[in-house]
Amino acid sequence: MKRYVVAAVPEIPPGTHKIIEVSGREVGVFNVNGAFYALLNRCPHGGAALCKGTVVGLVRPGGVGEYELIRKGEFLRCPWHGWEFEISSGQSYCDPTKVKARKFDVAVERGDDLVKGPYVAETYNVAIENDYVVLTL
Amino acid sequence: MSHAVLERPPVGSARTRTRIVDCDLHITARSAADLYPWLPQQWRTHVETVGPHIRAGVYNQEPHPRMMARGMRADAYPEEGGPPGCSLELMRKQHLDPNGIEFGMLIALGRGIFEERNQHFAAALSHAINAWQLERWVDEDERLVAAIIVPQEDAEFAAQEIERRASDRRFRQILLSPKAQEPLGRKRYWPIYTAAERAGLPVAFHPAATGGGHPSSGAGWPTYYLEEHNTFGTIMQGVLTSLIFEGVFERFPKLKVVAVEGGFTWAPTLGWRMDKHWNRLRGEVPHVPRPPSEYLREHVWFTTQPMEEARNQDHLRDIIDWLGWDRLMFSSDYPHWDFDDPRYAFKIVLSEEERAKIFHDNAKALYGLK
Amino acid sequence: MKLPFRGAVDCDIHPAPPPMSALLPFMSDYWSDQLQNRYIDKFGFTLTSHNPLLAIHGRPDWRPKTGTPGSDIDVLRAQALDDFGSAFAICNVLHGATTLFHGDMAAAILGALNDWLAKELLPRDRRLRGSISVTLQDPKLAVAEIERCADNQDFVQVLLPALGELPIGRRLYWPVFEAAQRAGLPICLHAGSLYRQAPMGNGWPSYFVEDYVTQATAFEGALVSLLAEGVFRKFPDLTFVLAESGVTWLPQFVWRQDKMWLGVRTELPWIDRVPREIIRERVRMTLQPFDAPSDARVIQRIVEHFESDDILLFSTDYPHWHFDGDDVVPDGFTSELIRKIAIDNPYATYARLPRPVAPARNRTEVSA
Repeated sequence: MKRYVVAAVPEIPPGTHKIIEVSGREVGVFNVNGAFYALLNRCPHGGAALCKGTVVGLVRPGGVGEYELIRKGEFLRCPWHGWEFEISSGQSYCDPTKVKARKFDVAVERGDDLVKGPYVAETYNVAIENDYVVLTL
Repeated sequence: MSHAVLERPPVGSARTRTRIVDCDLHITARSAADLYPWLPQQWRTHVETVGPHIRAGVYNQEPHPRMMARGMRADAYPEEGGPPGCSLELMRKQHLDPNGIEFGMLIALGRGIFEERNQHFAAALSHAINAWQLERWVDEDERLVAAIIVPQEDAEFAAQEIERRASDRRFRQILLSPKAQEPLGRKRYWPIYTAAERAGLPVAFHPAATGGGHPSSGAGWPTYYLEEHNTFGTIMQGVLTSLIFEGVFERFPKLKVVAVEGGFTWAPTLGWRMDKHWNRLRGEVPHVPRPPSEYLREHVWFTTQPMEEARNQDHLRDIIDWLGWDRLMFSSDYPHWDFDDPRYAFKIVLSEEERAKIFHDNAKALYGLK
Repeated sequence: MKLPFRGAVDCDIHPAPPPMSALLPFMSDYWSDQLQNRYIDKFGFTLTSHNPLLAIHGRPDWRPKTGTPGSDIDVLRAQALDDFGSAFAICNVLHGATTLFHGDMAAAILGALNDWLAKELLPRDRRLRGSISVTLQDPKLAVAEIERCADNQDFVQVLLPALGELPIGRRLYWPVFEAAQRAGLPICLHAGSLYRQAPMGNGWPSYFVEDYVTQATAFEGALVSLLAEGVFRKFPDLTFVLAESGVTWLPQFVWRQDKMWLGVRTELPWIDRVPREIIRERVRMTLQPFDAPSDARVIQRIVEHFESDDILLFSTDYPHWHFDGDDVVPDGFTSELIRKIAIDNPYATYARLPRPVAPARNRTEVSA
């Protein structure tokens, strides 16, 4: 497994995400309320570019005629069939055990740790005083 | 294990994938102005001063608003504007090229000719759309073939338009909405079948968003899109029931029909039910001398999308066995929201022979594609 | 002819519905999310029965340079309010969401529309008053919306389409009438169809002009439903305003009801008096379009056929095109009748409109 520096932390503020290509794979890196998650940009159901879907909340299952949106910004809705995936786990909301978007480990590292290696910095000029998003593939 | 689902190899080899026939590809004009080169001045003025007049309460939104980007793949809106399905370039990039489509059947919905109440306008639009399909799509990409769009309520004009286009092999079928004002087996629609049979072109039925001015279900108007979507299947059953019991296939023995985007798993049970009650009630319909399921089996083809799924794969195989492996044809429904990617649509494992039939041979035989 | 005085109450004008995006701030997170994810915010709704392209739906000199007729508030203020010298004008915003089958979605959108009206549009000019838009898909939601909006005195009536899903007098709609009566709000049945079924009993006509003409027969259907179902009896303090209904069909309708009542009263024992009296007391009609020849003598005869000065309410139906210039009142109307329809009748119908105390003009005329 290799680790890749994919962004400086300020590049992906909370509530946003970035799709990056790392060693031939497209991966979406999401900042959900300050925590980073990474998902393969392919829907496990029908093959859509999942990370191009909309980041949404969860429509809470409720009584008839009751509508409530909770956990705003924690889910990803596929741009084709609208299946919902929990960003933190990659699990499909409707079928969490069987349908799961491929998830990758992602961590925030300090620049001074990174320069010691053995990480692949790709195009990043890592400054020791900054924080970076590091993806493990 | 989920990753098995995620990372399973795309179904079919690269060789078979390059031979896919897609029986349901949607195109639409960027705006009515795209059709102006083929619309007489009277109707260009009509577009701008009257506009559509349809059998529904609103005309630029579906009566049951769809999910997901107005029922479209959210990624299929062209960057330069316009609705999904208006850009050949994007269709090539998103679907035709990467998915190895050898032939694609254009289904030009939109602009509402099936629902238009002004029959003169519907006729003019239909004529223009047919010309536009050829010049802007079929002639631009050799993989594409077209369906002749006709307004079913004006059967006389529809028959003339079919006759005008019949010898043009860029057209391979005729397209109707199953939600007509009356059940489509009734005699007022027969001129369309006369022309279709004479032209040797199948008649395809594709659900339209708005209907013939009556509820989309016999149970009354649905409330939600989920319910409305279910009517795509029940409406299709209604069309076939009507065609069969009105004796259309007796009167037009060479007529072939295609149920597009209406599902197919209901077909065996429909056949059984028709047979059972035809046995008891055949005295009422002496013009239907054979068990109804025979007409169904002989005259009707089905497209796959939205692909039916069963928990147990064998159950779905049973259905296709009963339906006939020679009657099912792959369709993607690009660029609609419930698009089926040919690599992932089938959850059942197909033999090479079954795959060949569904993904190309059946459609090539029906439409004479070579 | 033109109005001979200022201070009329215009009982039917049509500001255009705002773009859907303008309604999102007035919706819950759930509905805002739904509308955006479904792209409903991008496309909106255009009513088949209120297609802005049609000549009738925008008088040429009342069409703004950009946008649909009635969409520019400054133009509307100058043309609908200033030019006719209106004291008040009642805004009937005809919104496509009324046609939705999804009753909860319709209620969410119309609720936002009512809030937009109350907070964005009506405050732009103190002469503007509003109608509460509701959906009848779930009458309970309509009741809740009427109760939610009723405290705002800028709302003066409840707005419903004349051609709905079921005849309007049916008992399942009675909770809505109950709520309106309790709040002191008339029910306005406005021209337009949900197109749940064909606009005429004969099936689907081909042209809008047929729909529009035949609409008068559907208004007859609505009115006979209210009468037969006993709504007038059940809700004695509720007024029904027929807006953009056309008016000249009413006398023959009343004659027929009066005559039929003699023979079929026993089917409907709750119709306890001659229908013309019920209609005269409980039904109001807005003036435009006034379907009659321009001959003043004919018009005077028509007015006599009404056998009542109480029924008509002045309206321009702005920005719809039924007359040119300021020729809003049919020739042959007496000045007394004009005063009745433009001032007395509206204030009597809409208790929430603050009537100016003893207008100077009136005193002058009385003393003269």
